[in-house]
Amino acid sequence: MTSHATSAEQNMMVPDLTFEPGMKVFNMKLGMWVFLLSEVMFFTSLIGSYVILRFAHPDHFPEPGVVLNVPLTAFNTFFLICSSVTMVKAFAAIQKGDQQKFKLWLLGTILIGAAFVGIQAYEYSLLVAEHFGPSAAGYAPVGRGMEEGGPIVGGPLYGATFYTMTGFHGAHVSIGVLCLIFVLIQAMRGKYTAADHRGVEVIGLYWHFVDLVWIVLFTIVYLI
Amino acid sequence: MATHAATAEGHATGAGHDEHHKLSFIRTYIFSTDHKMIAKQFLLASLLFLLIGGILAGLVRWQLGFPGQPIPFIGSMFSDTTAPGGIILPEFYNSLVTMHATFMIFFAIMPLLVGVWGNFLIPLQIGAPDMAFPRLNTASFWISVPAGILMLASFFVEGGAAGAGWTSYAPLSANPEYSGVHMGQVLWLVSLIILGFSSLTGAVNYITTIINMRAPGMTWFRMPLPTWSLFVTSWLLLLAIPILTGGLIMLLFDQTIGTGFFNPATDGEPLLWQHIFWYFGHPEVYILILPAMGLVSEVISNRARKPIFGYHAMVLAIISIAFLGWVVWGHHMFQSGMNPLLGTSFMISTIIIAVPSAIKVFNWLGTLWKGDIHFDVPMLHALAFVAMFIIGGLSGIFMASAPVDIPIHDTYFIVAHIHYVLFGGSLFGIFAGITFWFPKMFGRMMSPKLGKIHFWVTIFAYNAVFFPMHNLGLRNHMRRIYDPNSYEYLQPLQGLNTFISIAAFILIAGQMIFAFSFFYSMFFGEKAEQNPWKSNTLEWTAAGHPPGHGNFPGGTPHVYRGPYEYSSPESNEDFLPQGVPPEPVRRGAVPREPGFLPTGD
Repeated sequence: MTSHATSAEQNMMVPDLTFEPGMKVFNMKLGMWVFLLSEVMFFTSLIGSYVILRFAHPDHFPEPGVVLNVPLTAFNTFFLICSSVTMVKAFAAIQKGDQQKFKLWLLGTILIGAAFVGIQAYEYSLLVAEHFGPSAAGYAPVGRGMEEGGPIVGGPLYGATFYTMTGFHGAHVSIGVLCLIFVLIQAMRGKYTAADHRGVEVIGLYWHFVDLVWIVLFTIVYLI
Repeated sequence: MATHAATAEGHATGAGHDEHHKLSFIRTYIFSTDHKMIAKQFLLASLLFLLIGGILAGLVRWQLGFPGQPIPFIGSMFSDTTAPGGIILPEFYNSLVTMHATFMIFFAIMPLLVGVWGNFLIPLQIGAPDMAFPRLNTASFWISVPAGILMLASFFVEGGAAGAGWTSYAPLSANPEYSGVHMGQVLWLVSLIILGFSSLTGAVNYITTIINMRAPGMTWFRMPLPTWSLFVTSWLLLLAIPILTGGLIMLLFDQTIGTGFFNPATDGEPLLWQHIFWYFGHPEVYILILPAMGLVSEVISNRARKPIFGYHAMVLAIISIAFLGWVVWGHHMFQSGMNPLLGTSFMISTIIIAVPSAIKVFNWLGTLWKGDIHFDVPMLHALAFVAMFIIGGLSGIFMASAPVDIPIHDTYFIVAHIHYVLFGGSLFGIFAGITFWFPKMFGRMMSPKLGKIHFWVTIFAYNAVFFPMHNLGLRNHMRRIYDPNSYEYLQPLQGLNTFISIAAFILIAGQMIFAFSFFYSMFFGEKAEQNPWKSNTLEWTAAGHPPGHGNFPGGTPHVYRGPYEYSSPESNEDFLPQGVPPEPVRRGAVPREPGFLPTGD
């Protein structure tokens, strides 16, 4: 209303072009933020269901380390955190315009990400061999290092929630690796410069988010 | 900023927006990145699904109105597993009820409100050249196509389409042994998971566009109400759809690989599904009504030639409805087994929603008060929206009260309520929107004569169908029942059921008037002038019906005032468009009254 007050003084109405510039980020970055919010809700539905089922049926969920190979996954978790560091390094390199280092760190991130998925697949194969399956019919683990034919530990809700949560996280890492490969190809073609490297920043946001989700999942699925 | 954003994203559309370029047929009509063409694609596809949903409703009404009798005319077309000799089987009836609701909610009303108007109106009303992510927008439509095909295909697989109701309550939906449907249920789940991606990409696009691409001067509180409501709806979609997707995925695993999330046989929790479903489901209810409220606000203000009463209150009411929508899901589950204390808190939070809803209704009435009301077809539909929404809102209060909900839950009272808000509310809002913006979409006016016939047939037949359902519900007629005559106490209600069914057939037939008028007017209607409704918002100042690619060829428009400056003393005419710069006015020439201050400042 200030413009009208002053306009009366000046005998003229001043065109009121109040300007709100939106958020001071580019569209793709804003879009990724918004998209990641929906991802939060997606993992919330899976993790929330896990929490509710675990509280309702504690007998289905054995003590940590009885069925799952915690040291292997702890190593894998360390791996994934390293990939976040390499992603930051890649971003820092392109910000300075260092193409060589940028591509190298990006390649490193891809390799570590792929290795994470590979180790997870290896972990799944070990678990299935120990009769720890996702379905109620395929659930009969006796615990690590126990004699075959011993009493079954936990219940089928354990297998169902474990594979759903870690599986969807693994799918997110895989999609992230594919996107990073796409970014690397674009980088080879010289798309990113010190002045414009928006794609790197956006995929970086996604990558760190997936990493963060894993830290939550590792804690609640493997450690407690 | 808008121009900056446009150039920043320019690579996504392939070329600068302002250039005139010819695109191939496929790029223009099929894989178009133009938001206006995508809106039309959504419009045609969802009107088709509206028709399919209507036919399914007709079959349901045939069974209830004339139980056990062969369907006339088309009865012989049905297979032996659905309706042998035209007599509907109980299993097929379950599928009909389920698929009617599924098609209407997910494939007709949702895209008609969000897909169509989100795409068509948002960039035009905020003065943007296109969406923030035009190619993602194309994907949003084309992701929804396979979802629709899968859902339709489920009728033709072994066991028929899903029959566990649109809510798909577990364990009925979790184990093929319980409902007798396996493949149909799987397709239902997969289709909705895919459709979720379509909604999600749409929501990301709408939110980014509205935040970042508003024209200079288009402040938050100068945004037209349809854009406001679509903005808030997009947030609901963004946050609610992934919750449903998570639930659908777990249910899909229950059906296919035999996990036991929701199956009590393996200690799963059927109630968990209900919580997940309604945690999505109640925001979903507002996804289905808020955009219609926005459209109706625009039409009422325009056709009453008055500024919308309480613009800020309208916006805050939309936002508070959206917030409250997250804390009321339990009112769908009063009878599912719940701590009464929790039930009471859900009851209170639900009844609080009546406050912003009533604010909106009174603001519409306040807008009409002493207005210069033009009873055009869009206005008739908008007024019907307000009237029907009041009835639907009042019946909602019955269900919100936990004690009253005990006798009426899962009866036809619920069916009456949902149709008063979803048909009487959303669909009348959609009709108001289509008849209002048709000239901008297709360059021709819809026939006012056919429009009025369609309106009066619809409003009478609609009330004849759904108002008596309150009565059925209070007499304890179950919501989902194949043959009510199998209960002695429901036998006296057969006459009422038959009456409802006949009215329903008239209602469905009446929609053919709209379909005819829609396509006839598209090619032979009266040519529309630039601004046929003398509206203030930016879409009517964009040249062309519809505007070419880039929307505003003369450059990004500038916005100087709020969207509802009708009958403003600053203008000699009874409207003052947002993009017209204020003329120099001599001091004292204009008597300023507080009531006529621009809404946006």
